[in-house]
Amino acid sequence: MTQISRRLLLAGASAAPFAGWTRIADAATPKDTAVFAKQIDDILTLDPGEAYELSGIEIATNLYDRILRYEAEDVTKMVGGVAASWNVSADGKTFTFKIRPGLKFHSGAAVTAEDAEFSLQRVVILDKTPAFLLSQLGWTKDNVKDLVKASGDTLTMKITEDFAPSLVLNLMTSIVASVVEKKVAMANQANNDLGNTWLKTNSAGSGAYKLVAWKSNESVTLEANPGFRMGAPHMKRVVVRHVPEPASQRLLLEKNDADFARDLGPDQLKPLMGSKDIKIDTSKGANTWYMAMNMGYGPLANQKVRTAMKMLVDYQGMVNTIVKGKFFVQQSFLPVGFPFAIAYAPFKLDVAKAKALLAEAGFKDGFPLRLSTPNTSPEMEIAQSVQQTMAQAGIKVTIEPLDKKANIGQYRARKHEMVLISWGPDYFDAHTNADTFAHNDDNSDTPKIKPLAWRNKWFIPELTKDMLKAAKELDAKKRAEQYVVLQKRVTDEGPFIIMFQDTPNVARRANVTGFAAGITEDLNFYRLIKKG
Amino acid sequence: MGGAAQAAPLPTEGAARRSWRYARQTGGVLFSVALTFLGLTCVTFFVGRIIPIDPVLAIVGDKASRETYERVRIEIGLDQPIPVQYWRYLMKVLHGEFGTSLITAHPVLQDLLRVFPATLELAFLALFIGIVCGVPLGVFAAINRGRWQDQLIRFASLLGYSMPVFWLGLIGLLLFYAKLGWVEGPGRLDVSFDDIVPTVTGMITIDSLIAGEDEVFWNAFWHLVLPASILGYLSLAYVARMTRSFMLSQLSQEYVLATLAKGLSPFRVVWIHALGNAWVQLVTVIALTFGSLLEGAVLTETVFAWPGLGLYMKNSLFNADLNAVLGGTMLVGIVYIGLNMLSDLIYPLVDPRARK
Repeated sequence: MTQISRRLLLAGASAAPFAGWTRIADAATPKDTAVFAKQIDDILTLDPGEAYELSGIEIATNLYDRILRYEAEDVTKMVGGVAASWNVSADGKTFTFKIRPGLKFHSGAAVTAEDAEFSLQRVVILDKTPAFLLSQLGWTKDNVKDLVKASGDTLTMKITEDFAPSLVLNLMTSIVASVVEKKVAMANQANNDLGNTWLKTNSAGSGAYKLVAWKSNESVTLEANPGFRMGAPHMKRVVVRHVPEPASQRLLLEKNDADFARDLGPDQLKPLMGSKDIKIDTSKGANTWYMAMNMGYGPLANQKVRTAMKMLVDYQGMVNTIVKGKFFVQQSFLPVGFPFAIAYAPFKLDVAKAKALLAEAGFKDGFPLRLSTPNTSPEMEIAQSVQQTMAQAGIKVTIEPLDKKANIGQYRARKHEMVLISWGPDYFDAHTNADTFAHNDDNSDTPKIKPLAWRNKWFIPELTKDMLKAAKELDAKKRAEQYVVLQKRVTDEGPFIIMFQDTPNVARRANVTGFAAGITEDLNFYRLIKKG
Repeated sequence: MGGAAQAAPLPTEGAARRSWRYARQTGGVLFSVALTFLGLTCVTFFVGRIIPIDPVLAIVGDKASRETYERVRIEIGLDQPIPVQYWRYLMKVLHGEFGTSLITAHPVLQDLLRVFPATLELAFLALFIGIVCGVPLGVFAAINRGRWQDQLIRFASLLGYSMPVFWLGLIGLLLFYAKLGWVEGPGRLDVSFDDIVPTVTGMITIDSLIAGEDEVFWNAFWHLVLPASILGYLSLAYVARMTRSFMLSQLSQEYVLATLAKGLSPFRVVWIHALGNAWVQLVTVIALTFGSLLEGAVLTETVFAWPGLGLYMKNSLFNADLNAVLGGTMLVGIVYIGLNMLSDLIYPLVDPRARK
């Protein structure tokens, strides 16, 4: 008895430090913090002069103010960001921006025209991935300091290439027009990198949030900037947690350990529909899903074969089943919601017509075809559907599943026969997609750029001229008409079987509002998020 | 006396011979270690160059101009012949430079120091579960050979072997996190506890104890317990099966009969004598199990959003981040070699014959 009592006593004493062991059940995310569960392993850098990955652009959108913006309150209307007003010269070559007075960086220093000048210049001088957005204006490392200049509260920039003013202004809403604090960047400069190394993991902006920490493959933590020009954000902190597995994202959301789940597929979304605690917001994305036919591969050089192929895809059937809720049919290279985009879908599954066209082209019995595709979902399912429908006309499709990057590598090297892939625009202007789908005036193996038309050996010097003319058109109405023609010609004649536009879903806790996925990551704002 | 005088130099000769033997042994070990490293770097480097993923595209993206592409290609030395690239890499490694990761922009060494403790923390607990449960279950199965207890344990081990860890992880999360609420969900900590504890070892449970942050410790612990249990179950399955097999071999030895005949209790015979001898082989099994746990449980880390070595290596590989892949491979190689050396050191502790 004594022994037992002593044992009990000992057990009790040794358990005392564990008094707090019990798990605090269902601890919701903090009231002033918004937590995203998202795949963010694509982030390579958070320097706005370098970042060009989707998650990186989204974070930078919230860290840096830009010269111009499409704001969260009305994402269809271009307004001033760091610039209060702007002017375009009659010849469309000189742009002046008046910097908004009273703006402050996160450091407390005033935002000046000199900072805006520095920010644009450094993108061109750094020459990182997104530099082409500005270098297409005719800016080079050698001339950018002469062409982009600050004086007092005014930023003046000149372009040497002919471009529609609306296109240039749209570029000023993209990530490369993020205004970086010059003093901070230069104070952290190493090896003449204009602060690039430091800015990969730090921020020096005047956006709604400032960066607390980015832990690669783990999380990004942002803290509110109470002095933001549009007012202090509601959430004091935003944490974007890297959760690679969508099923885990769903569980975190259901258990209230995350406020938003960003990568849920149809399998995860279906059971959540109708839940009173969780809402699903669907919006239009800007990614175009298409298959590209390499015209260097015998049968595909034939226009009739290509048209037949476009009739051997069950677009609507896939939308009703394997990609339900994820895509809708859009066969133009411009996503619906983009300037000058038309909702265009002239092709549908028509095996009889396709067979007749193949016979006319001399391929009555079809031909073998290799379809390269990323080895992920839903690409594999789409490829299988295409394999099945094309077989009905005798085209024997062999699916070649590849890692995403290997698929792109093969495509860029023009080594594919047909490839299934997607394309996302670089900025909010029709030219961004037109410049790749309808651009190939150098079909050699070593062109300066490798647009999509080049990758498929679609040599179109005349159409390229039309496309460049549309980019330079000053009259907005005429410009719109030109893009309508371009879209139809690329869909009808081009080597692209354009299939779908995506509809990103954001699953959220019902009490958390104010966030919707924009058509591009440049429109994914955190500052209006509220918790009820 | 004369004999003693003649014998005097003998110990010195013996000591010299022993020293020579140790030196030769040490030299042999170092040589094999160096050769293993060289083989490791060589195979990984060349495999990395053969895979059809372009590391330049991983940096510049699909939309970069030819100039940007070429500039970056030259910057990272891909314009050089492959043997030159390998030689340069080897020289850097010998100087302690693993280069910078393309996907994190940090020095690879710094990345490894960040992700490895997360895996280590997971592996330690998983191994603990594996040994504490696996060894007794293996012994129990062996002494009940052919009976229902044996069948049950073998079946449970077989399940551990054959069930996809990915599925097991998700089911575990659904049951213990989502439905029962016994453990915390994916990730290492709740967001409210992020960045509270300063990093000392990188293992949050240890760091929170050092900082005296009880709440952070328990939060980290409840995040850790499920992925560690899943991994622990897998190692348990292996350890239990191997223990059973080693024990069966020991129990069929004559010394077992002899000790029983001498009147020793069956408990003592099995758990002290037979198991004592089985430990010799078990040490190797446990060392290798630990090695495979450290190597990174990619799928477990994916399901549990656990930012460890497995996830890091997977992302690096998919992004053709060769510096990171090579750095990670070197680390895993070092771990394996270290574990082998450690198990060699442990042998004498469990096997008196090895002490001679």
